[in-house]
Amino acid sequence: MHSSLWLTVLLVVPVVGAAVAAVSRTRAYAVAVVTATIELILSLIVLVLYNAHIAGAHTLDFAGRWVLAAPLGLAYDVAVDGISVFMVVLTALVVWLALLGARERRREPAFVAWLLLLTAFTMGSFVAHDLFEFFIFFELTLVPSYFIIAQWGGRERSRAALKFFVYTFTGSAFLFVGTLYLGFAHQHQTGGALTFAYSALASTAMSHGTAVWLFVAFAIAFAVKSPIWPLHTWSPITYAEAPTAGSIEFSALLAKLGSYGLLRFAVGLFPLALPDMRPVVLTLAVIGIVYGSALACVTPDLKRLVAYSSVAQMGFITLGVMTGSKIAMVGAVLLMFNHGVITAGFFLIIGFLERRRGTATIRDLTGLQGPAPVLAALFTVVMLASIGLPGLSGFVSEYLILIGTFATHTWWAVVATLGVVLAALYLLWAYQRVFHGRAAEENATIADASGAERWVLVPVVILIVVLGVFPKPMLDRITPSVQQLIEHVAPAGVSK
Amino acid sequence: MNLTIPSIHYLAILPVMVLLGASLVLLGSVALVRSRVSNLVATTITSLAGVAALVITFVQWAYVANHGATTTIAHAVVLDGFSVVATGVIAVALVMATLVAHDWARREDVRAAEYQVLALAASAGAVLMTQANDLVVIFLGLEILSIGLYVLAAFDRRRSSSAEAALKYFLLGSFASAVFVYGAALVYGATGSTNLSDVSYFLGANVLLRPGLLYAGGALLLVGFAFKVAAVPFHLWSPDVYQGSPTPVTGYMASIVKVGAFAALLRVLVSALGTQMDTWRPILWALIVLTTLVGASLGIVQRNVKRMLAYSSINHAGFMLLGVWAATTRGTAATLFYAMTYAPLVVATFAIVTLVGGRGDDHHDVDYYRGLARRQPWLGGALALFLLAQLGAPLTTGFYAKFVVLASAVDVGGSALAVIALLGAAIAAFFYLRWIVALYAEGDERAIAHHVAVPRATAVVIVLGVAVTVVFGVWPGPLAALAQHATLLFTP
Repeated sequence: MHSSLWLTVLLVVPVVGAAVAAVSRTRAYAVAVVTATIELILSLIVLVLYNAHIAGAHTLDFAGRWVLAAPLGLAYDVAVDGISVFMVVLTALVVWLALLGARERRREPAFVAWLLLLTAFTMGSFVAHDLFEFFIFFELTLVPSYFIIAQWGGRERSRAALKFFVYTFTGSAFLFVGTLYLGFAHQHQTGGALTFAYSALASTAMSHGTAVWLFVAFAIAFAVKSPIWPLHTWSPITYAEAPTAGSIEFSALLAKLGSYGLLRFAVGLFPLALPDMRPVVLTLAVIGIVYGSALACVTPDLKRLVAYSSVAQMGFITLGVMTGSKIAMVGAVLLMFNHGVITAGFFLIIGFLERRRGTATIRDLTGLQGPAPVLAALFTVVMLASIGLPGLSGFVSEYLILIGTFATHTWWAVVATLGVVLAALYLLWAYQRVFHGRAAEENATIADASGAERWVLVPVVILIVVLGVFPKPMLDRITPSVQQLIEHVAPAGVSK
Repeated sequence: MNLTIPSIHYLAILPVMVLLGASLVLLGSVALVRSRVSNLVATTITSLAGVAALVITFVQWAYVANHGATTTIAHAVVLDGFSVVATGVIAVALVMATLVAHDWARREDVRAAEYQVLALAASAGAVLMTQANDLVVIFLGLEILSIGLYVLAAFDRRRSSSAEAALKYFLLGSFASAVFVYGAALVYGATGSTNLSDVSYFLGANVLLRPGLLYAGGALLLVGFAFKVAAVPFHLWSPDVYQGSPTPVTGYMASIVKVGAFAALLRVLVSALGTQMDTWRPILWALIVLTTLVGASLGIVQRNVKRMLAYSSINHAGFMLLGVWAATTRGTAATLFYAMTYAPLVVATFAIVTLVGGRGDDHHDVDYYRGLARRQPWLGGALALFLLAQLGAPLTTGFYAKFVVLASAVDVGGSALAVIALLGAAIAAFFYLRWIVALYAEGDERAIAHHVAVPRATAVVIVLGVAVTVVFGVWPGPLAALAQHATLLFTP
């Protein structure tokens, strides 16, 4: 077992970095980049050190627990397993990409400070092994997100920020009360102190009805965050109005908090509710896939296109999380990571285009392939990964989800496959309109990707290709943890 | 007629005596000293009295910890952990509000000495309410508190809205007091006593065959309290009074009235009428739903920040009622914890509103805040922090305050109520966030840019507010433990 100090350092580094960046007026960006790089290296070290086979600790590693305020049941409790360890890496990677690829020059110290704080809070949500602690971090992510949208966003930023905040805050209300209810139910059973430790709560006995109610309460909060149809309506405007770095953080990272929470807490804590709730959530996920894809076909804006495509992709993840088949669940975790990388790539490139042309409206962009062949090529790679071309990362994860779902829930898988077809349609169509054709006036003179811009996208492309042909190292780490989750859930009637 | 003087435990009433004494000394010197008593002297005396009251609570705490809770003056006044902590909160709020009022008085060129006389008297009334074990004493405390505040609301004589607010507050407040007294009389008729312990004992030992009188009395008491804490539908006075009163008074009002009234409410409902819980809980349930939802919803349409804060304070009252509704030790501790965190927070918020109000105290449109955090990052940042805390963001005391009251409600089966209350908080987020948006807005033609001077005393209050909000927001353990211990010593 490794020391939990590693995870604590992962939480502290961005906070310190944010504080230093906020007070260093001119060097803020450098401080932030250094912090993000250290954070990335640390997260990779955690990934390498991670050992899934510690006797008696299930698949948890780096575990440590300290009670902070006993009357409140408040504790600092961290650990990672094969699922969260990749979320930790994704968190560090995404902020690194966002900082390097989408530099924001207006009031930079404040901006990078918020961004680093957001990283710390997201990291906290992923390493928290205590429900209440998770909730605190989960709520905390709202504050930097709000300020990033409200201060650095586009024209509609106030409305977008407000919509985002109130939507998520409302969703959290249910999670909050559900958390409290579970904590007290556990306390009344054991007669001991109030605790929200995950492993303790997981053994709470509850009636079927209670489990369903609690599952619904949790699922609402996570469905808003993911977003799952029909609670997605905040996301297009938020992704479109946020500054590029913000869009990257929200879609690539914060959305994963929703699916991660669904997997870890809603499914993990309330297995009794699954037989009843599974068809409902699966249906919503499939509707989300088709609906998101359909809207992505008609939206006039590249950022919104990626936002709707994210709704569809998150639908796939939800599908994988909820089916209960091991393969699909592994695929869902893989897709959480891959979608994070791919979406970050998308928003980076859209950010580059926006920087040049001042717009992300598809109609205003044509024939960019001529003046900017490298950008076009990079976009192609990311796009093909998103479509699910075999050999690229998106394929592996979607394939696993679909075959897993097909085995257990055939018809849902059949409809979901439509999403794959539609993805090819809207992405290729968008590519045609933006990059093919004859470039007129302003479009004809845009500069191709600069050296820095190319270098930022190199890790994205490498991850897309490597994880497409050789996902085994990831699968080896994810599978034992998923297996363990399924074994915990299985007695309550989960198929295979 | 045989008149016996009941034995008096002076330590128990020492804070009240100190505060009232300081008030009288100040009043006497205003009348007797030929030259005008300077603001500085008045503020110093008031602050010292507040600090003395705070220090006395430490002694009281030690006494209670060693000897247990006691009652004195014919069981009319209690000294228990709960009253000690509540007294401490009032003392802190008094000192903070005094410092704000000092700078305000200097800016507005009003005579602070009279102001401080009234503030001291009002806080003595609030302290008495937290210690009251008799409906008559509660009434006494309520009136001392209220009469002081009626006059304070009218203190800015140059603004007609101040007089208007005071009149409104006075009329509705005295109406509420009358309702309260009538309720007390009916309870006396039903149980034969106004003493809370006796009422509780009587109801525990007897079954009322015709409880109508008691219910009517209890309902009137509840209405009286609901007026004082501005629970919907008895809230109508509060936005106008908040808006019209001088801003430091509003902050003071928002903090100490809540502490005093909630302490007394807990004693009446939980201690005295605890046996009738099944009757009053549904009523309170409805009151909480209305208070959290209506308070938040009406706040959205306001443009005047003082009115916004009035609705915000209504919303907070709804949350504090959750702890009362729970009617458990946990609930009592939760409401106390809420008061402990809310009082300094709201005084500090109004301190900033006082500063931005400017000379004449009328710059209270939300547009006056546009870009404040851009021009003055520390001041604007502090206000943003206070608003986030009121909203209930984690890492601030506001989050744990909401947490403990919701936890106490969920603990006794109030999950639905907790969800409704939180939806109220989500609605309230609209106006807090709109204000924050204004703080960080870029300067445009609507911006009314002016530099907000921050005098020293007010700066101390703001820094104190930030410190309390952040330190106990990150590390709520000590405060939570204090609230819990305080209710372990709750009597009867």
